Amino acid sequence: MKILKLFFIIFLIFSFNHLKASNEDMKNKITKNLRCLICQGQSVYDSDSEFAISMKVLIDKKIEEGFSETQIYDFFKEKYGEWILYDPELNKNTYILWLLPILIFLIGGAIISKNFIIKK
Amino acid sequence: MFYSTIGHYSLVLGLCFSLILVYFSIKNFQNSKILNTKILSFTFLQFFLVVISFLCLITSFVLSDFSNETVFNNSHTTKPLFYKIAGTWGNHEGSLLLWLLVLTLFIFIFFLKTKNKPLKYRILTLIFQQIIIIGFFIFLIETSNPFNYLYPIPEEGLGLNPILQDPALAIHPPILYLGYVGSSIIFSSALAATCLNIVSKEWASHIKKWIVVSWVFLTLGILLGSIWAYYELGWGGFWFWDPVENVSLMPWLALTTLLHCILVLEKKQVLTSWVIILSISTFTLSMCGTFLVRSGILNSVHTFANDPERGLFILVFLFSLIFISLFIFFFFHKSSQNIPNSFFWLSKETSIIINNWFMMYFLSVVLIGTIYPIFLEVLSSQKISVGPPFYHKLIIPFLIPFLIAMAIGPKLKWIKSNIEDRVYLILLLVISIILSFLIVKNFDSNFLLNTILVSSALYLFFITLRDFFIKKYSNLSQNIAHFGFSLLILSILFNNLFSSEIVTNLKVGETFENSKTKIVFESIGQKKEKNYESIVTNFIIENSNGVNENLSPELRIYNKPNIVTSEADIKTTLMSDKFIVINIVQNQDYFNVRYQVKPFMLWIWFSVLLISFGGLMSFFKKEYEK
Amino acid sequence: MKNKLLLIFITSIFIIIFIFFYKGLQNTNIYTPETKINNKIPLFNGELFYINKTVNSSDLFKSDKFYLLNIWSSWCVPCRQEHSLLMDLSKSKKVELIGINYKDTKVNAKFFLAEFGNPYKKIIFDQNGVNAIEWGAYGVPESFLINDGIIIKRYIGPLNKKLFKEIKSLIK
Repeated sequence: MKILKLFFIIFLIFSFNHLKASNEDMKNKITKNLRCLICQGQSVYDSDSEFAISMKVLIDKKIEEGFSETQIYDFFKEKYGEWILYDPELNKNTYILWLLPILIFLIGGAIISKNFIIKK
Repeated sequence: MFYSTIGHYSLVLGLCFSLILVYFSIKNFQNSKILNTKILSFTFLQFFLVVISFLCLITSFVLSDFSNETVFNNSHTTKPLFYKIAGTWGNHEGSLLLWLLVLTLFIFIFFLKTKNKPLKYRILTLIFQQIIIIGFFIFLIETSNPFNYLYPIPEEGLGLNPILQDPALAIHPPILYLGYVGSSIIFSSALAATCLNIVSKEWASHIKKWIVVSWVFLTLGILLGSIWAYYELGWGGFWFWDPVENVSLMPWLALTTLLHCILVLEKKQVLTSWVIILSISTFTLSMCGTFLVRSGILNSVHTFANDPERGLFILVFLFSLIFISLFIFFFFHKSSQNIPNSFFWLSKETSIIINNWFMMYFLSVVLIGTIYPIFLEVLSSQKISVGPPFYHKLIIPFLIPFLIAMAIGPKLKWIKSNIEDRVYLILLLVISIILSFLIVKNFDSNFLLNTILVSSALYLFFITLRDFFIKKYSNLSQNIAHFGFSLLILSILFNNLFSSEIVTNLKVGETFENSKTKIVFESIGQKKEKNYESIVTNFIIENSNGVNENLSPELRIYNKPNIVTSEADIKTTLMSDKFIVINIVQNQDYFNVRYQVKPFMLWIWFSVLLISFGGLMSFFKKEYEK
Repeated sequence: MKNKLLLIFITSIFIIIFIFFYKGLQNTNIYTPETKINNKIPLFNGELFYINKTVNSSDLFKSDKFYLLNIWSSWCVPCRQEHSLLMDLSKSKKVELIGINYKDTKVNAKFFLAEFGNPYKKIIFDQNGVNAIEWGAYGVPESFLINDGIIIKRYIGPLNKKLFKEIKSLIK
């Protein structure tokens, strides 16, 4: 019980994490989240390929034009599909992806507290 | 050519021995007393044959015998000797031979070391292990033979990818496989013990040694892979949540969980079903990983054979093992009904169960993240990527209670406990939080989360440190291992918080300057080595204290295969690494220069070593404890 | 009884997983981004190659004609292979070729065109590769067949004789 409460608090805290980041931070965050399409499993941030360099230039431009992070992701999603994003969005395709681990955690907790723990 | 023949026929003979062993074992299962020496000799011979085969392959590589297809595909006459040898297991076929080597070695050692155990148990373990071995023999000989002939014999080979020519990567597969493949013996013996209904405290003590050995090697193997990635791949990272990395992490998570569980089983006859399930799962995950990585079903940085036909074989093999295990578990396992299975909420057993709970959660995150894209694509033809952000979001929040549980758990007594040292526990918590606040306050991003994370890691750090200094060495191995883990999390967090990077374009002679650093592109030159030519550049970095540092990144043009790689220059010191990489910009006369300062890298490697060392200590525990 | 049910349940789950993996093996690993067929062409601004003037996409593409947009560069080896086919295409009155010179220098590009010929009515100079990304391309060469402001077909990689025939039949 105590543990569950601790959890809940941590979850709440975690969700209150919106702090302003500088342009540089935002650019880094975005490029780390985009896949370099001509590399085998590298992000645009990590890669120095031609494609990655062009992407970085374009992202700089978009940030300067005032695009938000979500808008930039949408822009690239429209061009290249969802595969370019490393952070899978929460849509009907990915509910199971995000929720199944949490579900497993809760089920595990339920099994344990029912079968194993007794209080004195 | 001669060696290829010997190598090939050794394998065929080895397969025959498998069949002989299984036949003998089954036929004489009832009056097994006769078999003792025969089986030991045969297991040794089988191992010996695989060793011969392996040595033949190494020889073919060293002699650059290009009549052997594997040597042709993966080697070149100008490769340095060390990498010719390491090239043996740096390819699909050779690494499968390494699988067989470890499989046969472990069953042989198992037979040697279990002379005082019931014979039926040893024989059953042998049978189950042989099933795995037979599968691999057939797979190797039929689809991935390292001794295929090429005619006409080519003059020169295709060479080994230069990024694989690195010392850390050369020993990474053998060490990793000792852990990864070594878990096969845990699988086989767990199944054997289930059939004979001897999953007990005695069995737990006995199997614990094997679990520890497998675990230590697996940890070290993963460490080596990360070190290679950091030094060689040039991006300054050491873990990318790449499918191949995840595939080695999953058995590790299962094995660590099993290690904790076996501690409970050693003391009380509880959790037997769960221990069996974990033992089966660890090796299943290894096999599953092999499938994911070698079948071409996943897209990854690590180049391995991409062959759906081979993939189908492994898939069928993997699921056969799963179904056999399921069958045996359900039909043979009788869970002990009369011993109470419940634990007091504040006890060591409970803390281990909580550890299991969290570890299984982490395992499910990694498993689902790795496999989900495959399933989605089959269902809806949609391709999505699951990368670091997914894993970070799901794992990091849960690390916080996990770290705290790690700090408090070991202090609880078996069966029932009230927490002693309450004052100290709370005091250290407060200190951790304050210290963390002071460290993190200058960094804007994710301030709250980082503070809490650092606090919990610091808490574990202080508690384990204090325990080390005040307690007698009754649980030294766990103390060291948990301390190592806290150090690992702290190093990773600080590395993340305090890393800095400068990316700029520079021509020779130009300088980049900002408030903290000055980078001078001093000179450029050429160098010629045995199998590559390189453009060597020299940079002088001046930091805010006026201290100068010379760094020389290179661009290497290898001859075979014709690849250009960027070699980072990394200056490692105790407190931080300085990391510089250059890249050509198409059609321009300047270079793209990336300079990073990465603190605490050495501490990350050291903490993993500490964790393995802690685990290793438990291997020798009996001697000093009693 | 309960045990048997559990066994059947778990076995079925594993069978389903097996089927998924089996089917997964059949899928190729090469990713071709959802070829934006039947999508509108992107709106963009580009710099013209020969004249230092910015041009708008609406100026480039009129509605009644067929256009083939080809992304190329002088340092791209497969571009040389397809170039002769592009020269043939440029002779046809039915289709107009527009080139995007990708991450190149004007000097090298001009050398390339002098040696292999210039099939393009207009060329956009895309030095930093941003225009190519606007089109959803990620390498060279790539080509897009356009009509009435819509992308009819997208070709990743160099054109060959078979694709050339396909283009010819589409523009009739």
